[in-house]
Amino acid sequence: MKLLDFLRGERKKSASVAKERLQIIVAHQRSQRDQPDYMPMLERELLEVIRRYVKVDQDAINISLDRDDDCSVLELNVTLPRS
Amino acid sequence: MAKIIVVTSGKGGVGKTTSAAAIATGLALRGNKTVVIDFDVGLRNLDLIMGCERRVVYDLVNVIQGEAGLNQALIRDKRVDNLHILPASQTRDKDALTNEGVEKVLDSLSEDFDYILCDSPAGIERGAQLAMYFADEAVVVTNPEVSSVRDSDRILGLLASKTRRAERSQDPIKEHLLITRYNPARVDHGDMLNLEDIREILAINLIGLIPESEAVLRASNQGIPVTHDANSDAGQAYTDTVSRLLGEEVPLRFHEYQKKSLLSRVFGGGRR
Ligand SMILES: Nc1ncnc2c1ncn2[C@@H]1O[C@H](COP(=O)(O)OP(=O)(O)OP(=O)(O)O)[C@@H](O)[C@H]1O
Ligand SMILES: [Mg+2]
Repeated sequence: MKLLDFLRGERKKSASVAKERLQIIVAHQRSQRDQPDYMPMLERELLEVIRRYVKVDQDAINISLDRDDDCSVLELNVTLPRS
Repeated sequence: MAKIIVVTSGKGGVGKTTSAAAIATGLALRGNKTVVIDFDVGLRNLDLIMGCERRVVYDLVNVIQGEAGLNQALIRDKRVDNLHILPASQTRDKDALTNEGVEKVLDSLSEDFDYILCDSPAGIERGAQLAMYFADEAVVVTNPEVSSVRDSDRILGLLASKTRRAERSQDPIKEHLLITRYNPARVDHGDMLNLEDIREILAINLIGLIPESEAVLRASNQGIPVTHDANSDAGQAYTDTVSRLLGEEVPLRFHEYQKKSLLSRVFGGGRR
């Protein structure tokens, strides 16, 4: 019975892992939906510049553009590794 | 004025053509004058699923390029009155379809039909964007699988921005989620995304749930849309879907796992 439970638990996990991964990637996709086409390029180049100074991962950088009626705010978040 | 419904998905092979054929058939069986258009230029397949492949003379591109009239290209369905098919071209020239050309065709079909179904090609390129551009409603076909769900979300992004309704700031396209190839047994085991999860992630209205079914392959073998197989689970599920598209409230079926009893397993009592 224990083994069965174990196997069952293991299988239950694959669908919920799928769900969690999807929630993250879809949230990310949606945040990019209304952004201008140059954003991915901008993000890549910013990452390159930062990497010249600090070793950061691909996902350590988060960039977003918030638009108001009269101006836009470019927000850049970089998680730096503990030095 | 016809209602234009695009059947789309982003990811390939999830059941768009199967669904477009089944839904068009269901709408026509309910008395609506319906035409289903194959937008998959270069990879014509709707004609096979509808069982009219040997009656194709002209196609959508011929009409757009003025080589044939609409009435010459439209194929009347053998089984259902009110149902017509407009096949795709087998040309390899992807630019054969133009926005203006498609608009003209849809405009003249609009005068005669109640529903126009557009069977979209896979992907998010021109062909897929053209299939959705003039739509009033969209059926987003999704399999319970990560890449399909993700691609459906991409398509929702396009529906909200790259369509006529979006560009003209009109009422947005009505988006419907159609989950296909659902396997309740695997969901019960926890190794397939369940319908609540998919609905939650995509956050759009569920119009139907089609189980993984042997009836679908049988139907495509014969060129008879699965809606005609009224005894099959998939046929009934598509009929329910059509009722919901027509605004009726119909309870969901085929989403729960029926554990086979030992007895039925021993005596091989199938479910279909
Ligand atoms: N509910 C179902 N149960 C079992 N098989 C299915 C089901 N729906 C679709 N299929 C099968 O999946 C395959 C792909 O279906 P279909 O051609 O409708 O997909 P599509 O999205 O139109 O593909 P493409 O992106 O290439 O146009 C076919 O072999 C079809 O028989
Ligand atoms: Mg197809």
